[in-house]
Parts: sequence; structure tokens; C-alpha cells
Amino acid sequence: MSDLMKVSSNPHIRSKVTTSNIMLAVVIALLPAAGFGIYNFGLGALVLILVTVASTVLTEYIYEKAMHKKITIGDYSAVVTGLLLALNLPPAAPWWIGVIGGIFAILVVKMLFGGLGQNFMNPALGARCFLLISYTSIMCNFDCDAYTGATPLASLKTGGSVNILDMVIGKTGGTIGETSMIAIVIGACLLILLGVIDLRIPGSYIVTFVVFISLFGDHGFDPAFISAHLAGGGLMLGAFFMATDYVTRPVTKNGQYLYGVILGLLTGIFRIFGPSAEGVSYAIILGNLLVPLIEKVTMPKIFGKGGEKA
Amino acid sequence: MKQNSISERLVNGLIKENPTFVLMLGMCPTLAVTTSAVNGLGMGLTTMVVLALSNMFISLLRTIIPDKVRIPAFIVIIASFVTVVELLLKAYIPFLYDALGLYIPLIVVNCIILGRAEAYASKNGVLSSLFDGIGMGLGFTAALTIIGAVRELLGAGEIFGFGIMPESYVPCSIFVLAPGAFFVLAALTAIQNKIKIAGEKKGKDMSKIQSGCNSDCMNCGESGCNRRFFDESANEEIKEETKENKTEGTIDDLEIIEITDDDADEEVVEGKEEKNND
Repeated sequence: MSDLMKVSSNPHIRSKVTTSNIMLAVVIALLPAAGFGIYNFGLGALVLILVTVASTVLTEYIYEKAMHKKITIGDYSAVVTGLLLALNLPPAAPWWIGVIGGIFAILVVKMLFGGLGQNFMNPALGARCFLLISYTSIMCNFDCDAYTGATPLASLKTGGSVNILDMVIGKTGGTIGETSMIAIVIGACLLILLGVIDLRIPGSYIVTFVVFISLFGDHGFDPAFISAHLAGGGLMLGAFFMATDYVTRPVTKNGQYLYGVILGLLTGIFRIFGPSAEGVSYAIILGNLLVPLIEKVTMPKIFGKGGEKA
Repeated sequence: MKQNSISERLVNGLIKENPTFVLMLGMCPTLAVTTSAVNGLGMGLTTMVVLALSNMFISLLRTIIPDKVRIPAFIVIIASFVTVVELLLKAYIPFLYDALGLYIPLIVVNCIILGRAEAYASKNGVLSSLFDGIGMGLGFTAALTIIGAVRELLGAGEIFGFGIMPESYVPCSIFVLAPGAFFVLAALTAIQNKIKIAGEKKGKDMSKIQSGCNSDCMNCGESGCNRRFFDESANEEIKEETKENKTEGTIDDLEIIEITDDDADEEVVEGKEEKNND
């Protein structure tokens, strides 16, 4: 009997896209940033990345084994979480920071809320903020063999000058994966070409941020100042890889624009008026918490409803 | 154990209806002051003193206090004891007074105290009310001390100020900050439920540890339950209102529901008493 004659319940047309395909694409897109981080900061960064990824994957495996659940490490989502978390760690951080962060990301933020698709917050960012609050001195120490002194954003905050070309290429201090704007944009272009992400959230995020910085940054519309803010810190990594996380972004089209605008505003507020130089991770986490509300107000009308008011 | 006996009251407060882990009452001081084991112990004992004394006095005055102004009367009694305890702490244990700060006067509105006054002391004898207060207070103290100890251990590497962790341990300071309180409380409650469920599966009698409504309104501290405040006068008023608004049929339905509800309660209580006799 030919396939055409088979009787089965719906869905009848299936897409070839699977969770593991998408996650694998994200892993590949993150490799340029990770590779540049290793080149920039040395083998210590490689060790930290490997330890963190191993920690997230093992945590997911052990939890699911212990709870007699289906083992889901094959969908690479734990690898993505571990890689993103590692790229958000300072290169000089000791290895156990990666282990604790990986366990917190998977166990508390993801698994306790029901696993992939159920978490209300980006696991990698949740773990980063957990580490940032718990081990402030380690997480804010960006001195390593290659670079000492303040990160570009920190020196911008105190009114110092920065070399924008170095920032775009990535030859500055910072977390492992955030320094190189070029490497991140290469990965982001790959994801956009593959159709994994679109420009709605990153676009509205970056545009809002630029507008905010020009209005309240005390430098007016100064291209040097704005591009320094765009290339510095975790803005690019956050906008393309973490704000676009399928689980924690809004599903509605208008909601995604609104989400980007909120993230841009929050990041601007944290960077300009906040006590610390960086605020992307807190901005995205706060945005994650607002997602249910955003979806509620931007729910599209069903065709034929609305129209004339009764 | 006999109902309302001294030992039964103490076990009830400590384990069966532990105010923190089972009834989930008094969350505000639980989360706010348990940054160290000493603070948890101090807050628990302070609350226990107020709870025992106010329970005793409310039980003594329960026939005099008019039903309609009972809450203000309870608050006056509780507030007096809180003021006494606050002044004593300030005079004799100033470091604890400084550590607990605002949370001492806030004991007045602690829902464990008002809950026990309303649910137990206003209906029971003096001695059993006193020990109900002590039992609940001990349960609260134990819970707060455990939470405080875990937070201090992880957040500072110490318990009661003694270094426990090795020198190389880097304190995870989120545990002495506000989020740590939620993590530890949730984890401890989950462990308690896990033990209970595992015991039930093995067929053990887990009625000593319980959670949620057991339809035992006499010993219930839950103020959100509408059944509790369903006294006869309110019942009649509601019936009169429904008579004016709705048809006869609905009232009959309402009455039927109420009767079955009462029956269910009685059955549960009877079943319990049989168990107790055994």
C-alpha cells in the first residue's frame, strides 16, 4: 500500500525542523564567539567552557535519570545553555563557578519548572545573575593574563576613552564571549539566514537602545559614544542569542516588537542611571518576567471578531 | 494521644501542624529575619513567648469578649505582650533587638498568633491553650532555626557563628540575601513533602504530618477558609437574601449541599477518634 493511502490522525504535514536541529544551529552560531574568546583569553577560557557545558548536560541527565523521566540531553538545549552561560563568565573565573552556574541553570531555572519549554526565565541568564549576586567579586573581576584594568563599558561609565576598533574586533577585557562584535554578528547572520531567529526582537531592542542612549546619555547623538555602547558589554550577545530564546520570548508578532522595546529601555536605564556599568542580563530577565503580560495585551484578534462595537 | 492534652498540643505544633512548613503561616518574619541561625532562634522564641501568653489570656477572657469585637480585643491583648517583650529585649538582649528590628513590633500582626487565638484559644481551656501556644511557638522556632542555619551555612560558612566549612569554601552570599530565603524555604518544604509521600507509599501512618485542609476546623489555623466563619447568624442572613433574590428551588439546593458537607465532616472526625482510641 502506498503512503498516500495510509489513514492516520493529524497532523498530516510535518516540518523537518526539530528542536535538536534548531539547538544545533544555535551551538554552531555560537562557535565563532566561543572560538574568539579562546583565542583572546587563552586555554583557561576553553577549560571553563568545557566544564560549564559538561555541568549543564550532566545535571540534566542525572536529574532525569533520578526522576525516571525521558532523557532529553539529545536535543542539545542543555549544551546551548551551558555554552551561553560560559560565554557570560569572566575568563579568570575558577572552574567551580561554571559547575555551580550550570547546576543552578538546569536544576533550578529549567528542570524544577518542568524542563525545556516550561522555564519562565532564560536558564543561562538566571544562572549568571545568581552567580553575579552570590560571587560578586569573582564575577566582576575581568583581570586576566591578556588584559588588566576596567572593561570598556566601565571606563565609559567613569568618563574614560575607549578604542572602538578594538571593541568591534574584540581585543578587550570582558566576559569570554561578549567582547567580539564581529564574531557575534557572524553567528547571528547564520541564524537569520537559517531562519532560526528573525530581526524583530534584536532590531527593536537595538534601535530603542540607541534612541535612549542618544536622549539620556549626556553625549547627544555622538556616533563614537553610541557605537562604543553597542560594541561593549553583552548587548550584542544578549540581543541576538538570549533575548530571542524561543521559550522565554513572546509568541505574538507585535509582542516581540514590544519586548525588544522594553529590553532596550531597561538596558539603557541600567547602563546610564544604574550603579554598575552593565545591565543586559538583568534587563532580559526582567523582560522574561513580563512576557506573559506582553502576550496578553498583544494577542491578535480572531478573524471576524471585534469590528463594530456592540 | 488524647485530643487537647498537653503532649498532643506540643506534637501538633511541632510536627503535625508546623506553622511554617505545613500551615505556611507567618511567612513575613520567616523570610526576612532568618539570615542566621541566631536570628531565627531569637525570632522564634520571642514569638513563642507572645503566642503562649496571648493564647492563655485570650482563653481566660473568652467568655467575656463579645463575639463581634473579638478581633480588636485579641489585637489589644497581643499588642500588650509584644510591647512587654520588645522592651525586655531592648533592655537585656540589645544585639538581638538590633538584628530583628522592625520585625518585633510586627509580631502583633503575625498571622500565627491571631490564627491560634481565633482558631484555638477562643474555644478551648486555659491550660491546653497555653500549651497550644508553646507547641506552635516551638514549631515556629524549630523551623526558623533550621532555615537560618542552612542559610548561614551556605551564605557565610558558619552555624551559630562557628566556622563549619573548610577555609577554601567561598560563601555563596545570595543565601543570606532575600532570594536565598525563598530557595531554602522551598527546598525544605519539598523535602518534608517528599518524606511524607514516600512514607505514605510504604503504607506508614503519616497522619502525624499533614498539609492542606483536613476538615478539622477545631484545630485549623487557616483564616482563608470560608467554612470557619460560617456561624449561624450569618447563615440566616444569607438565606434571607437569597429568598428575596432567587427562587425557592435554589435555596433547597443550597441546603442540601450544606447538609452533605456537615455529614462529611462528622465522618472524618469520627474516623479520627476511632484511630485515637486504638
